Amino acid sequence: MTLVIKQEKPKSTFSKIVEIISTMASRPSGLIGLIILVFHVTLAITSPLYAPHDYKAIDPSLMLQAPSSEYWFGTDSLGRDVFTRTILGGRTALTVTFFGSLIALLWGGALGIFCGLVGGKIDDVVMRIIDAFLSIPWILAMLLIVSLLGTSTIVLIPALGFFYGKGIVRVARAATHDVIAKDFIVSARARGHGNFSIIWNEILPNVRDAIMVEGAMRWSWMLLGFSSLSFLGFGVSPPTPDWGLMISNARGLMSFAYWAVLAPIFGLSSLIIGINLTADAFAKALGIDRSTKAPV
Amino acid sequence: MQQVVQEIKNLSIGFTSKKGEQISILKNISTTINKGETVGIVGESGSGKSTLALAMMGYVKHGLFTISGECIYQSNDILKMKNRELENIRGRKIAMIPQNAGQSLTPNLKIGYQIDEALRLHTNFQKEDRDVKISELLNKVRLPSPETIAKRYPHELSGGQQQRVAVAMALAGSPDLLLLDEPTTGLDVTTQAHVLELLNFIAKDTGTSMVYVSHDLGAIAQVSDRVIVMYSGEIVLDGPVRTILKNPIHPYTYGLLKSIPKLTLSGLPNSMSGSQPQPGTIKEGCSFYDRCEFAEDKCKINSPELEFVSELNTSVRCFNHKKLHKKKDEDTKSSKKVLRKLTKNEILDISSVSISYAKQKFIEQLLNKIDDTNPTVKDINIKIDKGETLALVGESGSGKSTILKSIAGLIKAKDGIIKFDKNKILSNDLKKRDANYLRAIQLIFQNPDESLNPNHTVEEIVSQPLKLYFGLSGNELKQKIIEVLKKVRLGEFYLTRYPRQLSGGEKQRVAVARAFAAKPDIILCDEVTSALDVSVQAAVLNLLQELKVDFGTTYIFVSHDLAVVKAISDRVAVLYQGRLCEIGPSENVYKFPSHPYTEVLLGAVLEPDPDIKPKLVAEDIVEEKPPEKGCSFQGRCPRLLGQICKTDVPPWQIDENGNAIRCHIKINDLKNQQMSN
Repeated sequence: MTLVIKQEKPKSTFSKIVEIISTMASRPSGLIGLIILVFHVTLAITSPLYAPHDYKAIDPSLMLQAPSSEYWFGTDSLGRDVFTRTILGGRTALTVTFFGSLIALLWGGALGIFCGLVGGKIDDVVMRIIDAFLSIPWILAMLLIVSLLGTSTIVLIPALGFFYGKGIVRVARAATHDVIAKDFIVSARARGHGNFSIIWNEILPNVRDAIMVEGAMRWSWMLLGFSSLSFLGFGVSPPTPDWGLMISNARGLMSFAYWAVLAPIFGLSSLIIGINLTADAFAKALGIDRSTKAPV
Repeated sequence: MQQVVQEIKNLSIGFTSKKGEQISILKNISTTINKGETVGIVGESGSGKSTLALAMMGYVKHGLFTISGECIYQSNDILKMKNRELENIRGRKIAMIPQNAGQSLTPNLKIGYQIDEALRLHTNFQKEDRDVKISELLNKVRLPSPETIAKRYPHELSGGQQQRVAVAMALAGSPDLLLLDEPTTGLDVTTQAHVLELLNFIAKDTGTSMVYVSHDLGAIAQVSDRVIVMYSGEIVLDGPVRTILKNPIHPYTYGLLKSIPKLTLSGLPNSMSGSQPQPGTIKEGCSFYDRCEFAEDKCKINSPELEFVSELNTSVRCFNHKKLHKKKDEDTKSSKKVLRKLTKNEILDISSVSISYAKQKFIEQLLNKIDDTNPTVKDINIKIDKGETLALVGESGSGKSTILKSIAGLIKAKDGIIKFDKNKILSNDLKKRDANYLRAIQLIFQNPDESLNPNHTVEEIVSQPLKLYFGLSGNELKQKIIEVLKKVRLGEFYLTRYPRQLSGGEKQRVAVARAFAAKPDIILCDEVTSALDVSVQAAVLNLLQELKVDFGTTYIFVSHDLAVVKAISDRVAVLYQGRLCEIGPSENVYKFPSHPYTEVLLGAVLEPDPDIKPKLVAEDIVEEKPPEKGCSFQGRCPRLLGQICKTDVPPWQIDENGNAIRCHIKINDLKNQQMSN
């Protein structure tokens, strides 16, 4: 039972987005998530303008200094400013994982919907291939790719996009299965619409929300994955500042120079929490999370 | 003084809207259920009837809360009881039979175990006694061989049998009050009649009070002593079943009864305008004001109170009930006559079509053929003239929807040819069909919630066929959409609405508009009214009829509801297990002689009249698949001749009215037999 609003104006895409964001912000968790995310994105875009020090300036005399008014988060084992490196350290990670998620979303969503629609043998074969890939530890496969093709972002983005898209295939396929048996699809078929038209007009509007939420969740996982790669030394190459790399370099000295580890850890985990909270709020705003749906 | 089982006093239940307003779903309900009484609660969807029934069990759905009032059982308010106390009442004292027994039984536990569980919880019997009791209960609900049934799983039983098991479970605790929420809605007509008859018997036999909740006045008429009519969360009429159904003194009930198609009437029933208001939208005045033909100015401002009319022993919520009281039987027979525009111009020729759901073996797939000697649908031969309405009637599993889908090209026929417009053969592969033939045949589905894309506006929905078949765009497209919507009596402001913002009837109108936008020659209607409320159903039927007169469209109308079929069709084809039993002009199919299956179906129709009882001529056995040889109806036929029915496919016989019947019994013998009883 829903209340009918008598005269509802058609909404533009822009006002729909505004509405979704304001719904997300109406929950404390969603608001916090959005603030963190916006903060990180703004930081990543603008930090080169006000970074107080040169991120690659090595100065042995300043090795492992404790936080001070000059070096807010102290310095690392090579005497570089941790604060500068921390505010710059999310840039590569955010860029790579953002575009990686987009790629994951596109190919995962497209293949998932396609498999859900055609079904039968093709679906079986594709899904078994996906299952096979799921059984390979992604980090091993990534290490292989990186050692073969190098660690440039041109390699990392599609590689991460591929590995994180497998899960999206499953979600998109399941969401497609939910709508595929509905009569409006049968109706479109009986009218003689082609597969592409059915996907674009009938299926996509109904599965878009589920795929987008899944994509947002994948983004935070991919961030963690990317940082793990950097941690292992396969992500960003020095001296580019990166949280994973910074944690890796400073962890041995944690007992007496904890600041060099804590700052990037804080950066990374706050961003992941921010994305997760935002994705949750996004799902709720779109009405995907059923547990919070109004009972009547 | 009769013993009261439950008393409901001033009960209001509601929810808080997003804006923080308190909105009532039930408004000041007061009524009593007496011992041994059977009460039917009738109303359309959203009238609050299920909420009321649940409240009688002390249950209020999540998100709803009791605003005021109480529900008294044994001098305690069960709405205020704690869970512990409720456990002792639910099942033991007040039991419920849910709408869909198939879903309410646990799928992986045996029937016997599930009944045993109910007995263990609600009685103090020992193990040995419980085993005896299980057989007793299963016997009571007339299930054949209780011992075998007890060892089965729910999915091994038919819908009617599952419903009987649910009844047995509810009876396990020998309750004082039995609540039945649409107990027969999902069942086939013949099964429904049998289950209701059983429930009637149990009510008389055990003296249990029963409360039926249903939208189906036909079912209510058969079982209830007293009827409560609900509208928009209020009781509008409460009285003995005969008074309510034969002399309804509330305008809503009056209109509702007139809008039900009946076998005794010819032509389409009158429709009621409008739809039930959404909760919270009526602030003052009578909630039926907008739709009432007797409304006066005072009805808009003042809300009528429930008033007791002692001569009829009925309570009514209307200022003008005296007017209706006098009106009585005046124009109950004045339903509109169907306009017929028949031209002898064959538009569709279905010849020896068979359809199989058998899975193709690998070699068959390569050879692109299906090898199935006993297909789901077999030997269908029907010729349809332009402008005709042909109805396909049968119970679930009769293959009526399958035939429809194969005409639409959605299912490949195994054998046979479907010719369109005299000589153009329709390919059984949808992709190979000419776009013009695709346009010529359009489908309307049962449930508009499923057939309209929830994320499309009405404009987008109706634009699909216009863009696809006529390549319209821009302003021209928009004008055309508005024009089409106007034809189904929907205004321009519906363009930007989403399906969820429309009522059931409006949604189905949009679906009709989409079908008509293609300028089709044939429209296939698959149970188009069965998901709709009664008052809306008549409106949609009338709309279809008017559109047919305007456009000369041919309808193939699939339905399980014989009364609806009689109202709209020119010709009826009766199907059993995918085989044709009888085909002929609709007025004749409803007359004797009939095929024995048609006779069974007609006998089971429930009329909203307590004095017309269904005739139960055959058992409601459900057959899994059609018999290999002989007559398709041999398993259930009440007039079985003998061996010949089991070995030979019966011949077609045509009687003087033009009815073709497929039976071994000579047509005159059939007539004599049926006339005599």
